[in-house]
Amino acid sequence: MSLQATTWQTVGPFFRLGLSHLNGAEIAPSGTPGEVVTVEGRVLDGCGDPVSDAVVEIWQADANGRYNASEETALDTTVSVFTGFGRVPTDEQGRFRFSTVRPGPVPTQDGDLQAPHLAVRVMMRGLLRDLVTRMYFPSEMLESDPVLQSVPEDRRGTLTAAHLPASEATVVWNIELQGERETVFFDC
Amino acid sequence: MSLGEHRDEGRDGVKQSQDRTESPSPNLYASVKNELERPPVIYRKYGPGTQPNHLHPQYASSNSRAPRHPLISLPQSLGEITGPRFALSLVSPSTADLTGQQGGAAIGERIFVSGRVLDEYEKPVPHTLLEIWQANACGRYNHELDQHDAPLDPNFLGTGRVMTDEHGQYRFKTIKPGSYPWRNHYNAWRPAHIHFSLLGPAFVTRLVTQMYFPGDPLLPYDPIFNCTADEKARNRLISSFDSDTVIPEYALAFKFDIVLRGRNETPFEV
Repeated sequence: MSLQATTWQTVGPFFRLGLSHLNGAEIAPSGTPGEVVTVEGRVLDGCGDPVSDAVVEIWQADANGRYNASEETALDTTVSVFTGFGRVPTDEQGRFRFSTVRPGPVPTQDGDLQAPHLAVRVMMRGLLRDLVTRMYFPSEMLESDPVLQSVPEDRRGTLTAAHLPASEATVVWNIELQGERETVFFDC
Repeated sequence: MSLGEHRDEGRDGVKQSQDRTESPSPNLYASVKNELERPPVIYRKYGPGTQPNHLHPQYASSNSRAPRHPLISLPQSLGEITGPRFALSLVSPSTADLTGQQGGAAIGERIFVSGRVLDEYEKPVPHTLLEIWQANACGRYNHELDQHDAPLDPNFLGTGRVMTDEHGQYRFKTIKPGSYPWRNHYNAWRPAHIHFSLLGPAFVTRLVTQMYFPGDPLLPYDPIFNCTADEKARNRLISSFDSDTVIPEYALAFKFDIVLRGRNETPFEV
């Protein structure tokens, strides 16, 4: 290695100018194979106040557990295609909401299966660099997921979304930056 | 002008993006298994001190937003070592020229910014998207939350995008942004800077940073610039005056190379 990776700096308060061209509340356009799910939640700071100037980025596998990382299906805002990438800013109440398809399980590099989840990155003013976390969908595989197992048991719940009582098709998951229910953030 | 007009129809990848009828693999895990039998691919960890901590008390808003628990180590798997690709339709000559996006000429000192995007092994990162935003020459962003008492320039949006070429090279034209006050502490002013966002080839290569200008007297006072412990690392955020690419009688030029995390060549090297 002869170079060092460039240092991060905060996105600051005005990132919409540069980033909003890829905002989209629909990660999976209609017709994408798989079970459609709406994900909603809030980003909350250490005072419990909503963070109205955060941006959440998603990277996920498709319903078959495959990542769409090929040049052939590059993200193109003039064409509706599932890429697995999403970018969603929070609103005045700190809320984010998007629809997608539930991803299939994906393997670790050792070949163990991981439960269906989204890779999530949160950026905002006040964060000098990004925060990386995961949102797990409700599933029977949670018990055996190797990443969840590596997290202290009393904090695992911060990574798992819950179905809305009224709707199987909506899951709720909050990102809490500090406090008793501080979300687990990863170094990867 | 519509983004679609600038699609490069010569690139097969772009054209095929409309026709994605891939059927589910009958034996998905067999194919994944083949992939896994190769040596594991791991992106290098950042060098010690070369990245800011989340909590940096001198940067006031980090106090209520930086997590208090230490980060938990996440082994990289397919989701971390892959990432989205972006079509050439996202960029156009107009997204690479911030000085003339609204019809008239933006006010300010015209500059070119160019450089290379490399990984830690000095390999160019080709065809990667750079998203750019900045204040105008007076230090005001074209954003409703920016209440700084400085004029907006109707001819300057402060938004740009470029894609690196096959050698990892990028270039765009803009005006030199102004400094502006902020409320972090008494009499706080941000040094002039341009925001850069890159995704690179993988989820873990994401980078958002700020490019500064050489000789800016505000740099020693800025908690954001100074949040990185390693002095060499933070000084790499300062662009250099680039006399080779100055356009005579037209525009000054600055050079800013960007390094993304590199993919290990050798297995198990962390």
